[in-house]
Amino acid sequence: MWRGFSFWLLQYRRVWRGTIVISVANPLLFLLGVGVGIGHLVDRQASSPIAGVSYLAFFAPGMLAAASMQTAYLESTNRVAWAAAPDGAYRAATPTPLSPAQILGGHLLFIAFRIATSSAAFTLVMVLFGATHGWSALATLGGAVLTGFAFAAPSAAWAVGLRQTRRINSVFRFVIMPMYLFSGTFFAIAQLPHWLRPVAYLLPLYHGAQLCRTLSLGTATAAATALHAGILLALALAGIAAARVAYRRRLHP
Amino acid sequence: MTDTPLVEARGLTKVYPARGSSAEFRAVDGIDFALRRGEAFGFLGPNGAGKSTTMRMISATSPITGGTLRVLGFDPVAQGPQVRARLGVVPQDDCLDRELTVRENLYIYGRYFGLRRAVIRERAESLLDFAQLRDKADEQVEVLSGGMRRRLTIARSLINEPEILLLDEPTTGLDPQARHVLWDRLFRLKQDGVTLILTTHYMDEAEQLCDRLVVMDGGRIVAQGTPRELIAAHTTREVLELRFTDQDTAAEKLRASALCGDGGRLEVLPDRVMVYADDGEAALAAVHALRLSPLTALVRRASLEDVFLTLTGRSLID
Ligand SMILES: Nc1ncnc2c1ncn2[C@@H]1O[C@H](COP(=O)(O)OP(=O)(O)OP(=O)(O)O)[C@@H](O)[C@H]1O
Ligand SMILES: [Mg+2]
Repeated sequence: MWRGFSFWLLQYRRVWRGTIVISVANPLLFLLGVGVGIGHLVDRQASSPIAGVSYLAFFAPGMLAAASMQTAYLESTNRVAWAAAPDGAYRAATPTPLSPAQILGGHLLFIAFRIATSSAAFTLVMVLFGATHGWSALATLGGAVLTGFAFAAPSAAWAVGLRQTRRINSVFRFVIMPMYLFSGTFFAIAQLPHWLRPVAYLLPLYHGAQLCRTLSLGTATAAATALHAGILLALALAGIAAARVAYRRRLHP
Repeated sequence: MTDTPLVEARGLTKVYPARGSSAEFRAVDGIDFALRRGEAFGFLGPNGAGKSTTMRMISATSPITGGTLRVLGFDPVAQGPQVRARLGVVPQDDCLDRELTVRENLYIYGRYFGLRRAVIRERAESLLDFAQLRDKADEQVEVLSGGMRRRLTIARSLINEPEILLLDEPTTGLDPQARHVLWDRLFRLKQDGVTLILTTHYMDEAEQLCDRLVVMDGGRIVAQGTPRELIAAHTTREVLELRFTDQDTAAEKLRASALCGDGGRLEVLPDRVMVYADDGEAALAAVHALRLSPLTALVRRASLEDVFLTLTGRSLID
């Protein structure tokens, strides 16, 4: 697994500066624009259902979870499909002693590393804005990494068998983006119409956003945290199991 | 010990499972062959013959679905990693990383085999010389020519000092000069005692490099032997190639003539007619005696191309 990982790391060496800039600039802009800007309007409404905390503190951890999902999705679809193509990076590793499962493991390790570093940058910006602090910040980071990983493994399982990459963009537009909106990222689920709420509970990002938010605000309860984390973990494990099969089918046809 | 074949296949079969709208497909259909240490063994055949599929089964990257296969004494399905550790593979697509340098490509590949850094560094140096890429060592693969990339892929496949080297169409798409440079490198490997398995759809390549070869078509072996044996067994000594303005009429006349009896044979291609005869000049005289006047007439020695044409009725490169 480490052998597969080292390839991605070597490749990443040429682009890491750019990705760090993006990892910091993105949350900076979001938190400034949406958190502070809209927060200014929202926080003046006394009847707000998120009363008690600033909108920035409410919104930032939800956005962190969503950003982690997005990083995970992008890292584990386009690059996986490219690597699995007839002249892609996986093909160079296939005739070596590495098994398809090890090739998968190496790449997932790298994706986890990317999720962790970009989430860490995001969390750092949150701390600078005073949206969270101390141990809460660290726990939130853990929640964000778990959220991302829960999306990474299933995405890789799907993408490794793709022949055309057009679908990656369609799924992004019609599955990933809507999930942003209905998962309680920008507003509390309580603000959704009654009939729509059960839908939100089914969305993995809802559990990621709730996990990060409660950890960040220090309102997490053991039971709810276990539930959210358990669902995300189950998704990650199911994704790994599916990916092992899909990688073997594609790389050892 | 030299008597046990390095690779032995009996009734080797590959059926790709149905996927989506495509039905299951029998790409390799019960083939037998045995590979001896130190020889260069070729799979010759047209597109879709099942050459790459056979190579993938030998290199333990595609499970067999029928028959038996032993590679270096191992079962490639159950003992894939052990088999792969001792083979070198040059795939049909180079799959080099274009953004990494020549040296980095060698390094990463060595890491996949779990070799230590110092070992990789040392072997990479001699492989750079072998592939004549020393002055490109720190360039990105992106800027290399097709021939250089192919040489790098071969160098890469040697990083684990393999006992058998499998080359899938090593020179397809290269210009003649680059092909000769590559043949020269492969010849050196052979002299160093590396066992070679290669696929090709070039006759001259097969004649140059292979001690023994099998001719494949539609997943089956249609003939096997040394290039010389194949030519002797399946075709005449010489071939007369003719082009006509009105090929159909000419072919009809030829077919009715004595040229087609008595060991002689006729093969009609879209653009030319081939007359197989042990004496080409005599056959040409016979053609003139029939009052046929071909646009061009050429007498040449029979080649593997003719073997293939005889066996399948089709030309090798379509
Ligand atoms: N993964 C796969 N799934 C289904 N069918 C496949 C797969 N790979 C190859 N085939 C089919 O098996 C047949 C043999 O393919 P193969 O690549 O072995 O031929 P080849 O002799 O190497 O041809 P070429 O000279 O074009 O490289 C082809 O008809 C091909 O479409
Ligand atoms: Mg092929």
